[in-house]
Amino acid sequence: MSTETMETIKSRLQPMDRARIGRMVVYGISLFVCLALMFAPFLFPDVRAQEVAARICVFIVLVASYDLLIGYTGIVSFAHTMFFGLGAYGTAIALRTMGPGWEAILLGGGAGVLAALVLAVLIGLLSLRVKAIFFAMVTLAAASVMMVLASQMSQFTGGEDGITYQIPRFFAPANRLEDANGDVIRLFGVALTGRVALYYFVFFSCLALFLVMLRIVASPLGSVLQAVRENEMRAEAIGYRVVAYRTGIFCIAAVIAALVGVVRAVWLRYMGPDVSLSFDIMIDVLLMVVIGGMGTLYGAIIGVVLMTLARYYLMDVMALGASATSSIPILPELLHPDRWLLWLGVAFILLVYFFPAGIAGTLMGRGGKK
Amino acid sequence: MDNAILRLDGVHTDIGQYHILHGISLEVPEGGVHVLLGRNGAGKSTTLRTIMGLWRARKGAIVFRHEDITALHTSSIARRGIAYVPENMGIFGGLTVEENLKLAASGGRFDRARLDRIFEIFPAMNTFWDRQAHALSGGQKQMLAISRAIIERRELILIDEPTKGLAPAIINNMITAFREIAAETTILLVEQNFRFARALGQTVAVIDDGRIVHRGLMADLAADEALQERLLSLSLEAH
Amino acid sequence: MNALSANFERYGGVFLLPVILALVAFLLIGRPSTWVTLTVAGLAMGMMIFLMASGLSLIFGLMDVLNFGHSAFVSFGAFIAATVLAALALWVRADSVALNLLALMAAIGAATAFGALAGWFFERVIIKPVYTDHLRQILITVGALIVAEEILLVIWGGAPVSVPRPAMLTGSFIIGDVAIEIYRVFAFFLGLAVYVALHLTLSRTRIGLLVRAGVENREMVESMGFRIDRLFIGVFMAGSALAAMGGAMWAGYQGLITTHVGSELIVLVFIVVIIGGLGSIKGSLLGALLVGLMANYVAFLWPVLSLASNMLLMMAILLWRPYGLSPAVKA
Repeated sequence: MSTETMETIKSRLQPMDRARIGRMVVYGISLFVCLALMFAPFLFPDVRAQEVAARICVFIVLVASYDLLIGYTGIVSFAHTMFFGLGAYGTAIALRTMGPGWEAILLGGGAGVLAALVLAVLIGLLSLRVKAIFFAMVTLAAASVMMVLASQMSQFTGGEDGITYQIPRFFAPANRLEDANGDVIRLFGVALTGRVALYYFVFFSCLALFLVMLRIVASPLGSVLQAVRENEMRAEAIGYRVVAYRTGIFCIAAVIAALVGVVRAVWLRYMGPDVSLSFDIMIDVLLMVVIGGMGTLYGAIIGVVLMTLARYYLMDVMALGASATSSIPILPELLHPDRWLLWLGVAFILLVYFFPAGIAGTLMGRGGKK
Repeated sequence: MDNAILRLDGVHTDIGQYHILHGISLEVPEGGVHVLLGRNGAGKSTTLRTIMGLWRARKGAIVFRHEDITALHTSSIARRGIAYVPENMGIFGGLTVEENLKLAASGGRFDRARLDRIFEIFPAMNTFWDRQAHALSGGQKQMLAISRAIIERRELILIDEPTKGLAPAIINNMITAFREIAAETTILLVEQNFRFARALGQTVAVIDDGRIVHRGLMADLAADEALQERLLSLSLEAH
Repeated sequence: MNALSANFERYGGVFLLPVILALVAFLLIGRPSTWVTLTVAGLAMGMMIFLMASGLSLIFGLMDVLNFGHSAFVSFGAFIAATVLAALALWVRADSVALNLLALMAAIGAATAFGALAGWFFERVIIKPVYTDHLRQILITVGALIVAEEILLVIWGGAPVSVPRPAMLTGSFIIGDVAIEIYRVFAFFLGLAVYVALHLTLSRTRIGLLVRAGVENREMVESMGFRIDRLFIGVFMAGSALAAMGGAMWAGYQGLITTHVGSELIVLVFIVVIIGGLGSIKGSLLGALLVGLMANYVAFLWPVLSLASNMLLMMAILLWRPYGLSPAVKA
């Protein structure tokens, strides 16, 4: 074989190789995170770390379900946390009014999920036939209305302060796995109590939901959605009823968000607008999905973990920077740890500009969009 | 041809992932009417839009009076004296007829002589001068679209299927109008209607599936029925 | 049914809607004095929202760009006006109409000028790179909004800021047993003046002609030799300046503003743009008046439903006229 042909073969292989390596890296990181989360109660036994781990599990599902919309189908919605909130509040209100039992979780959560589905169908049908930008505006309006309602119907929702409630006794710390002597069984030094069970409830529910999403994306539905995103007119011409598919995925994403909301409500034993419906959370989800990588699902894992870590470390770094520059005007205010969102916002803008495919997307070879 | 006012050299254009024009080479001599004939989807409109810079040619060159205009911005191409009358006429419905023309007039002021000329060619314009353009009939809109192209002196006028959807009587009027216009400028006419094209065109090129399949004089094509049969066998209205 | 629509059109068409709304509200509210107060408040609020929405509508109509960061201009406009008024506190409190006017003009002028400059910067840096890609446009403008709000916090801090009102605009006209706030009347007429100025610019000037044509068919305008991207910058700057002006007026109206002032209103602004129809200032005015009136009437009748009522209004109008009440004609 001549050197010319060798060169052509090499150059044609390289992008493929890079993408394959990138994919391996992404899968590797995802597996690592999954294992870390799976053994979190034993690896990071303190209460705060548990909360972070549980939050990461929930947000991975929330962000991944949002990726189904924005990354796979190209739909921008600002109502995603609204659906999350519906599942969460449904469960929370039921647990508060019906008492800490499994029926409350099933009924309340079920009601919340059902409400999410109905709303998703309504919003979807009404506005998915219009331009993307209109749709985004309508979802924004819907989410705002829901927020106002949540804060005003305070006899149910506790208004701005939210509500606290008990969860089934099975998850209580007092519920211990005991051996023949009545001592609690420990694994790697960690007592096996209801709290651990609660964590695994969260972990396995989220894992299940994530696997469901992977399945959806790999299914024929997933390919149709990608075809729709690539070229809507062509998809329509081939015969797919685009509005039906988009409404469908919108509903699926809404239901998944509501379901993970149920999980979140059970874990927190508290529900309020600040942890479910608020736009801060919606913005967080948006940031995570873009940073992690749209259209990859695994991007959600990367995005959530990165943002969670970044938030803590960034704030510390900024505090250092603020005190170091305390004599210069305005710089300390810009570097004040409370202003972490400013820098994250700048990073977000730069990412959308230069790496619209996010971290996972760029690694996996999607590259920048033209 | 040395006196070609416009020349396309191996132009390839893609729309999205579809390769529409496959190496179009074309010469438009100066003066008179030159026809680009082809059926639906052959690439006629794409050719005009590529010349106008509305679609970017991926490969090849477009030369206007010795200047390469391939990569120029649409507005720059227009300012070199090329007018474009698109398939949907492109008139601004919310503006009045007068406002539509004003926009096309240089500096926003009418050259009295040219305006009078327009009224000579299209006397009916007087009757709907003040109306909002969206309220006009198809034929009136076409008159407006063409008037806009000639309100200023142009080097080259690109016209896309002007007779589409118009009644035969109006089409006849158009033939007269076009002949008058072509006397002072060059027209590149894209058409499916062979009768109309034959009445006006001096030279003709036939496009099919994004490729030029015939070039020559209109007179020759008009005389050769077998050739017409072969080239124009699908959609063309031969009545 | 046809006779009804014919009559409807004859008496002003969609412009009858605010009148109908006002009449229905009158029946529901009962007390004339309350109704007058609410109606004046609604019209004033509507005018201020019109300022914020008209620019957005034109920008979207002409450039096909939706700036989710639009509310940042409103917020900055509000805070700049508040700062200027606080700095000119002596003139503001003085009994002299001349000094009051100067302070007012300085405040509104500063806000508007800032809006125009910020708009220029925003268009060149944030919007221009993502003209055709709607997804990235939405994302990048949301990012810009986040950054802008943080900068607002850096400059003004998180505490609410009080907005001094010029002495001549405080108080109310008393007519019978009705009190009509002077500021509201001022806001209404300022908004009306802006509308008239916009309308005249659009219908009588060449630039206006270009904008109207461009809203319908951008490509055709370019094919006629015009550099429409230069027009874009101008329209974007104007739209942002108007938004800042609206924010400044709103600051004076509220008397106390927080950094959320823009985001509180943006949903209503979007609703107005959708209801009114894109690319049309007439539509924006109509939509804004409807939304302003609706918000005030419902706030009195069923406070919980205030925002939801405007949402329902939007849905109802979309079902009747999917492109809005008075959209620009699209090619």
